[in-house]
Amino acid sequence: MTSLLDQTRFSESIYKPTMARIVDINDLTALDRLFTVELPDGVYLDHQPGQFVKVSVLGVGEAPISISSSPSRTRQTFELAIRKVGDLTGVLHDLQAGAMVGIRGPFGQGFPMDRFKGKNLLFIAGGCGIAPLRSLINQVLDDRGSYGHMQILYGSRSAADLMFKDELHEWENREDVELLLSMEKADIDWPACTTGYVTHLFPQIELDPRNTIAVIIGPPVMYKPTIAQVRNKGIIEGNIWLSFERRMKCGVGKCGHCQINHIYVCRQGPAFQYQHVKDLQEAM
Amino acid sequence: MQPAKILPKSAFPGWIDFLKRSYTVVGPKAMHGQTVFGEIETADDLTLEYNQSVIPPKKYLVPQREVLIEYKLDGTEVEAKFNEEATVVFGVHTCDLHAIKLLDLIFSKGFTDQHYAAHRDNTIIIGYECLTTCGPESFCRSMGTASAPESAYDLHIIDMGSDYFIQIGTERGEALFTGYDGVFTATEPDYARMNGTLSDKWQRFPYRLDVDVTEIPDLLAESYHSDHWQELADICLACGMCTQVCPTCYCFDIRDEVDVTLSVGKRVRSWDSCQIDSFALVAGGHNFRETRAARQRHRFMRKGKYQFDATGMVGCVGCGRCATACLVDITPIKTFNELYRRQQQQPEEVEA
Ligand SMILES: Cc1cc2nc3c(=O)[nH]c(=O)nc-3n(C[C@H](O)[C@H](O)[C@H](O)COP(=O)(O)OP(=O)(O)OC[C@H]3O[C@@H](n4cnc5c(N)ncnc54)[C@H](O)[C@@H]3O)c2cc1C
Ligand code: SF4
Ligand code: SF4
Ligand code: FES
Repeated sequence: MTSLLDQTRFSESIYKPTMARIVDINDLTALDRLFTVELPDGVYLDHQPGQFVKVSVLGVGEAPISISSSPSRTRQTFELAIRKVGDLTGVLHDLQAGAMVGIRGPFGQGFPMDRFKGKNLLFIAGGCGIAPLRSLINQVLDDRGSYGHMQILYGSRSAADLMFKDELHEWENREDVELLLSMEKADIDWPACTTGYVTHLFPQIELDPRNTIAVIIGPPVMYKPTIAQVRNKGIIEGNIWLSFERRMKCGVGKCGHCQINHIYVCRQGPAFQYQHVKDLQEAM
Repeated sequence: MQPAKILPKSAFPGWIDFLKRSYTVVGPKAMHGQTVFGEIETADDLTLEYNQSVIPPKKYLVPQREVLIEYKLDGTEVEAKFNEEATVVFGVHTCDLHAIKLLDLIFSKGFTDQHYAAHRDNTIIIGYECLTTCGPESFCRSMGTASAPESAYDLHIIDMGSDYFIQIGTERGEALFTGYDGVFTATEPDYARMNGTLSDKWQRFPYRLDVDVTEIPDLLAESYHSDHWQELADICLACGMCTQVCPTCYCFDIRDEVDVTLSVGKRVRSWDSCQIDSFALVAGGHNFRETRAARQRHRFMRKGKYQFDATGMVGCVGCGRCATACLVDITPIKTFNELYRRQQQQPEEVEA
């Protein structure tokens, strides 16, 4: 067996994708679909939650997409939640199960789960940020005894924009998960749903700031106000983790597109410890 | 290092003909009053006393457009493409040699870029010592790039009047004389003449920066919040010419192209520019470097600080091409000097 990373790195070219088959496609929302991708025989995906792959349709182009399945549930198949926003993602949405896509990666640095063990976890997602965060959540659920209390705050525009509804219900029903939703338009019957932004959920949660790790993934506008709320709870900068989205062409630290000041998001990120990026003007 | 060679100028055309038998030879050629690197047929095609070429010889290692992979659209065949043409690049100025040294570091760091490596493997580089400074925009002396860096060339040529002194950088460079008998091994007096030629040259190379090259990374770091970026942005056209002509710029775009038959296609990389407003734009319309001021700052920070931090080499080699190319006269000499002037004006921080 070869890992996809070795396959990508040691093939003739780091730009040459491995062709993989889409084996299942499920609608998540009107704009988001979950693709289950199967690697060819003998190749497996070895990743950290928070890492991404470059996905391509030959003849159309390539885009960075977070791995949405957790390492604990990933081997030869893995999942990608993809929002239709443009050329490539539009073509991906038109594909049927059985179609082939190119995959390179996994690239970048994910979240260091080993450092999170024994800690309480505060996971905060805005919009599509739930796609990469789901990889962390399921990793924790599959190794539940290794971690402390888990709180999930998920902000969405409306009920129709919620992704992974079945899983949300499962999490909601678990004793060992505290899930809170916020919606700009709270048009859903849900035990704990607040009208507003994800930042409006903070007054409702209690946590032990000394032993809590906060992970925030969402659109660019979400970071500053959310970090302020997390800091307000007493969580120190070193325990706040983020993930950044940037334009990415190569994924391997060459093309220059993903730079935040001197940092290459594709290599040093997309997951970052807040204290390492807070002083970078181009970060948030 | 191998002992140097002496090539009499009378034997030079014959040696070029000899090289042409095994290689494509490219070098500086005069064209419409400017110099461009292009293929040469005979030694007569070369202009060796040239001011900076419009586009640096970097184009033979990082072409403006390059096919990375070719494929059948149905995915049944995906093949990486590599440069296979054995080329001798003749007459590379010392600043451009420094730029190649920097590109070597960048394309091998972390993930090895095999396409760059293939170009490098197939391209033999013959440096040419500059004995006078190029134009008024060149500041190689200030940047410490007016002498050849050893790791970048296969051979390096110094014009000593009646003959050429040729330093050997690599075995494959030396092999360019295998089977050619018009060349001699340099002797003590030849080394003395060569050193005389080099020491004479410095009087023709003025320092054009007020700041020392070793101070540039810190100068940039301290100038991050300078008002000067906005002043540059006020006149900058965001045309990207400065980055297109730069020997150390290598940022690229990757796009797919489909053949008219709709059965095959290729993935192509081409030069890109951080000065173009869409460079850091993502889907959803968020632009992480929206203003021209932020983009000019990024360009100079990258040259003066980020690349130094990443590779140990300052990312500008002082060739001056960007200054010549810029329609509104934004130049690195003026920019570095202005940032330095402002830094010097600031009251010294008093030690507690
Ligand atoms: C680390 C990372 C993880 C991501 N994870 C996901 C995910 O899990 N699900 C998801 O739906 N989306 C994700 N994205 C965003 C996704 O990459 C973009 O939506 C996608 O590139 C848009 O491509 P397009 O051709 O459909 O859009 P278009 O708007 O047509 O794109 C035009 C051009 O811009 C480039 N481009 C636009 N936005 C981006 C971007 N954000 N990053 C890189 N290139 C861009 C495209 O490559 C294309 O060349 C992620 C982005 C990053 C950087
Ligand atoms: S920034 Fe300008 S002077 Fe410096 S290497 Fe590039 S083109 Fe030459
Ligand atoms: S060449 Fe001059 S005008 Fe054009 S982008 Fe560069 S600095 Fe701006
Ligand atoms: S995506 Fe190319 S350098 Fe990061």
